[in-house]
Amino acid sequence: MVKYATMPVIETRNLTYTYPEAAKASIVDVSIRIEKGEFVLITGPSGCGKTTLCRCFNGLIPHFYHGTLEGEITVAGLNVKEHPTYEMAKYVGLVFQNPENQLFALSVEKDVAFGLENLGVPRDEIRSRVDWAMKITGIYELRERAPYELSGGQQQRVAIASVLAMKPDVIVLDEPTSFLDPLGAKKIFEVIHRLNRELGITIVLVEHRLDLTVKYADHIIIMQDGKVILEGDPHKILDSEDMRLIGVGIPKVTRLYQLLKADGVKFHGKVPLSPEEMAEKVRRILKTHD
Amino acid sequence: MIEVQDLHFTYPSGVEALKGISLKIEDGEFVAIMGENGAGKTTLVKHFNGLLKPTKGRVIVNGIETTKVSVATLARKVGFVFQNPDHQLFAETVEEEISFALRNFGFSPSVIEKRVTWALNLLGLMQYRKTSPFMLSGGERKRVALASVLAWDPEILILDEPTIGQDYQQKENLRQFIMQLRTQGKTVLVVTHDVEFVAECNPRVLLMRGGKLIADGAARKVLTDPEILAQSSIVPPQITQLFIELSSLGFPSDIIDLYEARETLLKAFGAAAK
Repeated sequence: MVKYATMPVIETRNLTYTYPEAAKASIVDVSIRIEKGEFVLITGPSGCGKTTLCRCFNGLIPHFYHGTLEGEITVAGLNVKEHPTYEMAKYVGLVFQNPENQLFALSVEKDVAFGLENLGVPRDEIRSRVDWAMKITGIYELRERAPYELSGGQQQRVAIASVLAMKPDVIVLDEPTSFLDPLGAKKIFEVIHRLNRELGITIVLVEHRLDLTVKYADHIIIMQDGKVILEGDPHKILDSEDMRLIGVGIPKVTRLYQLLKADGVKFHGKVPLSPEEMAEKVRRILKTHD
Repeated sequence: MIEVQDLHFTYPSGVEALKGISLKIEDGEFVAIMGENGAGKTTLVKHFNGLLKPTKGRVIVNGIETTKVSVATLARKVGFVFQNPDHQLFAETVEEEISFALRNFGFSPSVIEKRVTWALNLLGLMQYRKTSPFMLSGGERKRVALASVLAWDPEILILDEPTIGQDYQQKENLRQFIMQLRTQGKTVLVVTHDVEFVAECNPRVLLMRGGKLIADGAARKVLTDPEILAQSSIVPPQITQLFIELSSLGFPSDIIDLYEARETLLKAFGAAAK
């Protein structure tokens, strides 16, 4: 198949992980393949193992958390078990829920430069990469401000710029907008979308709120009890009725489409994932009746 | 009843967080407080249990001015569940955590036992009774924090961002749970950014901006008013976004409810087919 002609940027085979002293495994027999340049959404009920899986991508598991990791995991062509986290950090950037835990420097630009300084990147190169990352994420004007003075949304953009400056192949974001107001959240998702579309960076986004995010995704992975239970093209996955059974909140407009379909309304094409897509379908039906 | 009269509050740092707020919340009301980060939402609700006292103006809870009583006295009536459960949790087990306030309020051991069991069951935490709260996930810790406040049965419940980190099923449980509290006559105040959650619950919405109240009304009205939306950080609920997209075809844009949306579209499709 053409799809598999390229090297996957992340590949796991039968990956199973148990935290130290935990009674049972947090992820169980996970085999996934993420292609370069994909926008992947990982979702599932609380405690399903999605955060644990992401911690494997840059080697926090097993190098920091220890525990027992079985199966295989390759990221950017490297066996994660054999390469320490600081080495994986060149390829995989991690952005957490709460940016306060990630920022510590006295100015925005120092924070963004920190990872590069640690890698021993030449000074001129640091300067140009830091400026580039701050411009793309829309924080260039804030470069001399202290991160703790900024709003939550601005802080999260600083955290994204910090990983972006490392020019990673993959950026993993674990519920990056939970603490932001709706407009701040929307801006973050737009920045992430741009990094994916314009720079070809592979995005792995962990999110509960599909209404805000599924429209950006090429690939959705749904987990439950540590296992991957559904995976593939979001337009196909969200069309199946299983989604509701496992308690994943599907977007309201997608639910509306399903209800109307059950009422006998004949729609054309793919299941809608956003209000814009649903509006298009409604217009089309009203037009055909004209 | 909560009565707020021309409330101003300035933090010791000089930041003026509230700039003259007046409102009334009746017993048994369900109110969502919304607005951008830094609008003053949390500062406002911290006045309701006396954690903060007005720099100017008055806050009266059940007829008592908050400056006249201790936080401990108010806490018996007004339960506050923080946004970040780690600011609240400290005990070695979940059970200890929930018992703590009950012991402080002087309940008897048999009553404490009953209340703790009730709260654990209610929030699906029974299997963690003897577990350290810090071993739990973020979403679970939030439920422990909620259980520990509910256990003492306050008349007014304030929830700061209760849906953060909660999955679809847990949000649905929370919604039903709030409805249940209302049938018991409790007043519930929720500080939240979650427009879809608010659209499903349809409470009274107080919308804040820059330390002021800029709108006060039913969710259906506030979340669909283009003028209000333009000057706040609210992104309308998906259903409303759909009808805003369709407004050029003559659809009303003040719809937030899934089932109302379905009826409206079915009617339009039926009319078009004729």
